[in-house]
Amino acid sequence: MSAKLELLIQNLRKHLGDRIAGLRTAFGEITLDVDAAAYPEAMRTLRDEPELRFEELSDLCGVDYSTYGNGRWQGKRFGVVLHLLSVTHNWRLRARCFADDDDFPAMPSVVSVWNSANWYEREAFDLFGIVFPGHADLRRLLSDYGFVGHAFRKDFPISGYVEMRYDPEQKRVVYQPVSIEPREITPRVVREENYGDVGNG
Amino acid sequence: MASIQNYTLNFGPQHPATHGVLRLVLELDGEVITRADPHIGLLHRATEKLVETKTWAQALPYMDRLDYLATICNEHAYCLAVERLLGVDVPVRAQYIRVMFDEITRILSHLMFIGSHGLDVGAMSMMLYACREREDLLDCYEAVSGSRWHTAYYRPGGVYRDLPDAMPQYKESKWKNGARLKRLNEARSGSFLDFLQDFVNRFPKIIDDYETLLTDNRIWKQRLIGVGAISSERALQLGCTGVMLRAGGLAWDLRKKQPYAVYDRLDFDVPVGTAGDCYDRYLVRVNEMRQSTRIIQQCIDWLRANPGPVISDNHKVALPRRADMRSNMEELIHHFKLCSEGIHVPEGQVYSAIEHPKGEFGVYVVSDGANKPYRLKIRSAAYAHLSAVDELVRGHMIADVVAIIGSIDIVFGEIDR
Repeated sequence: MSAKLELLIQNLRKHLGDRIAGLRTAFGEITLDVDAAAYPEAMRTLRDEPELRFEELSDLCGVDYSTYGNGRWQGKRFGVVLHLLSVTHNWRLRARCFADDDDFPAMPSVVSVWNSANWYEREAFDLFGIVFPGHADLRRLLSDYGFVGHAFRKDFPISGYVEMRYDPEQKRVVYQPVSIEPREITPRVVREENYGDVGNG
Repeated sequence: MASIQNYTLNFGPQHPATHGVLRLVLELDGEVITRADPHIGLLHRATEKLVETKTWAQALPYMDRLDYLATICNEHAYCLAVERLLGVDVPVRAQYIRVMFDEITRILSHLMFIGSHGLDVGAMSMMLYACREREDLLDCYEAVSGSRWHTAYYRPGGVYRDLPDAMPQYKESKWKNGARLKRLNEARSGSFLDFLQDFVNRFPKIIDDYETLLTDNRIWKQRLIGVGAISSERALQLGCTGVMLRAGGLAWDLRKKQPYAVYDRLDFDVPVGTAGDCYDRYLVRVNEMRQSTRIIQQCIDWLRANPGPVISDNHKVALPRRADMRSNMEELIHHFKLCSEGIHVPEGQVYSAIEHPKGEFGVYVVSDGANKPYRLKIRSAAYAHLSAVDELVRGHMIADVVAIIGSIDIVFGEIDR
């Protein structure tokens, strides 16, 4: 691990203290887990503290862990993952926070901390149904006007529920139940570790 | 006296100045904009969801369809992410080829910017000149990958194949014959690198020509100077990256600050602006084209001197050579497993970001150890820039909206994904 990452980890421990629910380094990147209760305050510290100084929110996205590892996942279902960038110190951080309620995932909004979170939170709401209390304008962003459901949840079929076509009799575009047969060409497989290594059969 | 109310105007989605399918709902006070509400998603194809059902290799061509004016850079970010999860080493020659094509792509994207921005603002001829030069660079794409746009040239572990020794030539026809045909084929008589060298020799002069047309053009300046200005602090707060930051004076370039591939071995400068308005963004892009030409020149020199492999020989990741497969059982098994089941990527999550022509392009992948991505999130620069449009256009006239949208250089393939 580089000296820079060590320093960042030290600073994180110093300024976030017991608000850290998990801190892991893998592939040269740091992942910080935060509990939902501590989330907005921790994010504000990350931005304002001179020794951390994450001025920019590069990305915020939802993740649905319900089928992770083909059912191996034990934790909560919906996570929000933020990618932060500090231009001052030239380092990055991934912050992750899980929503407490799987049936009605909600997470405080961070638009007041980073204005760029505006559209990212709208997108996460649109695609995963994660609600962000405190967001002033939480409308759907990418899906069609009047779309039903949250398309990126793992239980939403890849072909969707409805399809659109032009109806010559009604002389307008209509929605109808989808006519695509679901198919899987390459099955999804999770192999055991060391699969295919020499000496492993 | 009748009360004066704000007027709401619908702009797009089918409008050439929206650079794709953007619907803008503008709230106007007279001709001054008080609020802009971009409606996006008209090109939403759910790329990120689709690749969850595709193997790691099948997901790669989807990256081309994001920013379709800078296809190869998108592939680069995806390949870097997968390679980091796999821990596979990329041959140095492949990294030089990647950098060279990244810079070709940057020029392609910026040329399109100059052309279309010219069209938006009223300089019709720019598009014709820009497309003339784009033609040569798209021929480079075609020569290495067989495709002019959706190349799928980068692969996890390297690039698909080495640079070709010969360029395709124009054939004699009713329109191309005699001396003209000879002149057209002159640069194409050598190898791929000779053709690119010829372009690199010509291009700085061509950029000078563009600048004589635009940089001091009175109309161009009147339309752009002071329009859509944004300070560096505000730009960071709004998630802006790339040219949007640099035009405001902050020399933030991932190629310098967090180098990937072989950018740390190359010599180039990072152009910055001062005012952060549309005109500075134009100047930064023009200067970036000059710097890209410099980088390409260095790559050409290195690639001429250093032959070698262009894709990893780890056959758990990269396909074995066709000839080996015919004679060797082991290679055949690898080929079968790679084509039927695909790469197995170790469990973990990675965010890889590159300096895309439009800004920071990031790919966040979560793998649970399967042969398909568990979750893939694409962080596109233009998405953040477009979300800042409301702030950029407030207080400007309707005509300035077109200039601002043109100068943030958006492509809907990557915004709607």
